[in-house]
Amino acid sequence: MTDIATKEGATKAAPVVCSIRGVSKQFANGTLAVHDVNLDLRHGEFLSLLGPSGCGKSTLLRMLAGLGSPSAGTIDWPSVDHELGFVFQDPTLMPWANALGNVMLPLKLKGVARADAEARSAEMLALVGLKGFEKSYPRELSGGMKMRVSIARALVTRPEILLMDEPFAALDEITRHRLNDDLLKLWWERRFTAVFVTHSVFESVYLSQRIVVMAARPGRVMADLAVGGPYPRDDQFRTSADYAQLCRIASDSLKKAIAL
Amino acid sequence: MSAPSLPSVPHDGTDAEARPVFAEERKILGLAASTWPGILAPLGIGILALFAWEWAVNAYQIPNYVLPGPKLIGQTLVADWALLATSLQVTLTITLQALAAAVFFGVTLAVLFTQSKWLEKSLLPYAVILQVTPVVSIAPLIIIWTDNNVTLSLLICAWIVAFFPILSNTILGLNSADHNLINLFQMYGASRWQTLRYLKLPAALPYFLGGLRISGGLALIGAVVAEFVAGTGGSASGLAYRILESGYQLKIPRMFAALLVISMTGIAIFLIISWVTHLLLRHWHESAVKREN
Repeated sequence: MTDIATKEGATKAAPVVCSIRGVSKQFANGTLAVHDVNLDLRHGEFLSLLGPSGCGKSTLLRMLAGLGSPSAGTIDWPSVDHELGFVFQDPTLMPWANALGNVMLPLKLKGVARADAEARSAEMLALVGLKGFEKSYPRELSGGMKMRVSIARALVTRPEILLMDEPFAALDEITRHRLNDDLLKLWWERRFTAVFVTHSVFESVYLSQRIVVMAARPGRVMADLAVGGPYPRDDQFRTSADYAQLCRIASDSLKKAIAL
Repeated sequence: MSAPSLPSVPHDGTDAEARPVFAEERKILGLAASTWPGILAPLGIGILALFAWEWAVNAYQIPNYVLPGPKLIGQTLVADWALLATSLQVTLTITLQALAAAVFFGVTLAVLFTQSKWLEKSLLPYAVILQVTPVVSIAPLIIIWTDNNVTLSLLICAWIVAFFPILSNTILGLNSADHNLINLFQMYGASRWQTLRYLKLPAALPYFLGGLRISGGLALIGAVVAEFVAGTGGSASGLAYRILESGYQLKIPRMFAALLVISMTGIAIFLIISWVTHLLLRHWHESAVKREN
């Protein structure tokens, strides 16, 4: 390993917000989706789960969100009242509600007063670049805009942890780059802990401080790479030699994981 | 479908520029230009057929008691309107009450069924039995059980016919909510009531309205068929009784006029429900949207 990609890197000092110990998940049909995963999420870090399809990265993410419990092992949250946000692969918006109504949903479910919820949601929509589209229904928005609404909904409760399940996989490359940049900006300003599931080496390197490479059948952790590139990152980073080298390292690691 | 007013987006290659474009149609007399052929073409065919009918009745000297011409039917409709209107009111009252009862019980049962799988498993077969049994065959029983309260027995018959499409469509709709959205509601700790109110009921709305459209026509058919079986007599007689009575008295033009009133009522119910459906779904459901490809 080189100095820009070292095992267990720079974020070691930050407090642990979630510790995953010996977590396995076996489905009813016998498939071992996740096998003996040990991982610590540290406060404020941007972590990517990188792996081929079927490596259990989505299953692991859903378990972090409390959707389905592990068959073995524990997921421990030191802070009792940890707020989560979740972004699905599809925007998963309610088609009968406009953009504002969709972003307001988590606040409404938590019983926040309507006026307050509306103000906070409008502010969040503006932050993801959708000022003026509050009254638009999902079908009136493009794929990228729907994903922005979905991100705004996940962030409106000011979560400490944002979980994302291949959120940009269905978007075109130009839109994806733009959303990557905007996501990094939001993360830089708000400092939530981000867990980002992806199968794209380039996306994971561009976004993350840390990449956890997973292998399939059974899904397990193969490598834990630190990405040393400085933030804020932009197109300059995307075209730098450091970036290329980091991509090569991550790509080699992924290849090894797939070859197993 | 008018285009929603939204901020104009500068040409900067953002995803906002990729928004879908909706077809904006030219309007003639408040209706979209493309809907007019759908109205005018069948109307033209209908008028042609009426002329042909009138001509044939005159040309072949067909007696009135076999087939009256459309002109005579129209005249009878006007002349007997007072009588027919009273009957229409009776039939329409039963139809609407039955439809209201079908909506209430259909939606309530559907909601209860989605809250408890056991309830659904134990009761749904009986709803199906109610649906597949011909209403004509149980009408006499219902009349006996309602102690010769004719209005109530007609109401029950019409309700039985109208109830099932609403029940089965609403069940389907309540179960068709997006799985990821259900997960999202779970993650935010939504209560059963919140999940029902904010997710399942809105998701079921298009399905419910589809069922309502079927049930609207069925409620009318149920009310008419039940009256044929039950018969009413006396002052509070519906349109079915008018048809029977006219048949016995060989007043065939009045029979046709009553038939016309029933058809028109059915069409009116269908159009009103379609209009309500459009109003409720126009913002979001794919069925109410026209896209410019």
